[in-house]
Amino acid sequence: MSGLLDINFFALSGQLLVGLINGSFYALLSLGLAIIFGLLRIINFAQGALYMVGAFAALLGLKYLSLSYWQALIFVPIMVGIFGMLIQVFLIRPIANQDHLYSLLLTFGLALMLQGIFTHLFGSSGLSYPTPEALKGGTRLPFMYLPNYRAWIIAVSVVVCGLTWWAIEKTKLGAYLRAGTENPQLLQAFGVNVPLIITLTFGFGVALAGLAGVLAAPVYSVSPDMGSNILIVVFAIVVIGGMGSIGGAIITGLAMGVIEGLTKYFYPQASSTVIFVVMVIVLMIKPSGLFGKEA
Amino acid sequence: MTLKKQILTAAIAGTLASAAMATTDGKVKIGVLADMSGTYADICGPGCVVATQMAIDDFGGKVLNKPIELISADSQLKPDIASAIARRWVESEDVDTIGGLVSSAVTGAVTQVTNNSKNIALITGSASNGFTTKACSPYIAHWTYNVVALANGTVKTMVGEGKKKWFFITADYAFGHALETVSSNVIKANGGEVVGSVRAPLGTTDFSSYVLQAQASGADVVALANAGNDTVNALNAATEFGLTESMDIAGLLVFSQNTKAMDGNVAGGMKLTTGFYWDLNDETRAWSKRFKEKHGEIPSMAHAGAYSATMHYLNAVQKAGTDDADVVMKQMKTTKPNDFFAVNAEFRGDGRMVHDMLLVQIKKPAERKDEDDIYKVLKVIPGNEAYNPMLDECNFSR
Repeated sequence: MSGLLDINFFALSGQLLVGLINGSFYALLSLGLAIIFGLLRIINFAQGALYMVGAFAALLGLKYLSLSYWQALIFVPIMVGIFGMLIQVFLIRPIANQDHLYSLLLTFGLALMLQGIFTHLFGSSGLSYPTPEALKGGTRLPFMYLPNYRAWIIAVSVVVCGLTWWAIEKTKLGAYLRAGTENPQLLQAFGVNVPLIITLTFGFGVALAGLAGVLAAPVYSVSPDMGSNILIVVFAIVVIGGMGSIGGAIITGLAMGVIEGLTKYFYPQASSTVIFVVMVIVLMIKPSGLFGKEA
Repeated sequence: MTLKKQILTAAIAGTLASAAMATTDGKVKIGVLADMSGTYADICGPGCVVATQMAIDDFGGKVLNKPIELISADSQLKPDIASAIARRWVESEDVDTIGGLVSSAVTGAVTQVTNNSKNIALITGSASNGFTTKACSPYIAHWTYNVVALANGTVKTMVGEGKKKWFFITADYAFGHALETVSSNVIKANGGEVVGSVRAPLGTTDFSSYVLQAQASGADVVALANAGNDTVNALNAATEFGLTESMDIAGLLVFSQNTKAMDGNVAGGMKLTTGFYWDLNDETRAWSKRFKEKHGEIPSMAHAGAYSATMHYLNAVQKAGTDDADVVMKQMKTTKPNDFFAVNAEFRGDGRMVHDMLLVQIKKPAERKDEDDIYKVLKVIPGNEAYNPMLDECNFSR
């Protein structure tokens, strides 16, 4: 009997760790969305597509420019970020004063176009990206085999999430940013270039999606629909965490990864729905989300 | 109008209608309904249209001195949309036969329409064996492959090699369930056992949790009863988490496009069953070269199947001297299909096209001459060993 319990304990520890790995990935993705969604009030449905663009950019960079994984990790987010800023300046800014629904529809259309273009160019089957040499292999833990690359994902996610949270909540730049969303006119009166801040913030949020794309390329099939599969989950995480809460998005991302992981163990059929069940319950009890400020 | 007159009018109208049918409506029209933009677009989408057009061109563009027309549409992998298109085609656009047909759910919906309207459905992309068993019909021609052939190819071979304990990672919808059930039966019938299974929702990105469960099961083989990106992602996770060090992986449905999407270092060595491989002999190479010139990619088994099915259909129309579905189907079943795809083939009374299948092994990157050189053919599985026997109640050839 105790032997059986041991096995279950080991199996469960493995599932918890895998859940945490996925959670840290979710945290990274939802962070970018939470910045754009929470601070700029733009519902960016193109975030998933830009994540896909990030993965493809890494792949194409490797194939045609011999851009290594490490170089891609730096250049691809910058490139995706610039692309995002162009979208913001030329497409989103002109409709910034309209209802939020307009930016939602605009970015949704953009996402469909990007996905369509990539399907046309690269087909629907997806492509593979090799795991960088330095991160191959893994460590045998008592309860499971931990691939080095997954450990790397956790590390990157923790560092990036931590730095972003610190920059927005604790620095002067972050204070400008928060002030710019609270009262743009007043901040502008102090001589701060608010439209520039908004563009840069949007670019940074989108760059995070590009970074997540590069991180995902070696582990998931790089395919045009990889973004749309994950986008809705990430949106749910932002809603559960509470709009505008950077810390909330990070913590919820981790927690949802674990909850999803446990569901995959106990009742896998429900694993694609469990996050939405949590979302419904949270919205019923606390409509502004777990960490959101009361509206 | 009196009753007598009504009956008389109806009888005359009926005669006229059947006369019109026998002489055709002035053309033979083939509709290709496939996934033009979704997950299976590479497997049977625009490529199935190209392959069907190639068959029409090779046939000469005309049959019975009437032009052969081709139209196509995107099923969007949605059964309701697909059946609405099929209904419009057969009711108001004079489509004689519908080809392509990928995803068993879509095909199930479309064949309901074509069975009722008495139009032939040439199924070239779907896997379910239901179309020639519990949902069989005299108007269905199931080409290319089915779940039974896949299981008999890959599963039976591996159990025979002493891999007795199996664990399934199954796509949680009709196709995955059917593939798991059929494969489990093959395993048990050959002295193996199924030690566990998990049902992963379609479109799962991260399979690491399922891979851990598979590792804990102590199985010899982990079978992937899924398709497309699901298979690729599951295989990636299995390798990453070290599963492949102690267990074998069997991809139960892998198209050549999926193989190309996999990292060769990861997938190399894996065995799978396919209905066609481009680099088998001179005939397949010649046809595939022509296909690649037009489409830019090597053909999947569904593409080759679409060509073969269309060719066999057109030959039957020519021989029968009509495009009337009942007559053409009878003709299709009396002549044995014979081309580069349909080898050692027979088109059975139940609508199943039985032909030789191939057991292949994915080559490692070092073994590949170029990017299209993906398989090593291990064995040709004779059609009658690969496919399920015909059910008596489904024999429509009488």
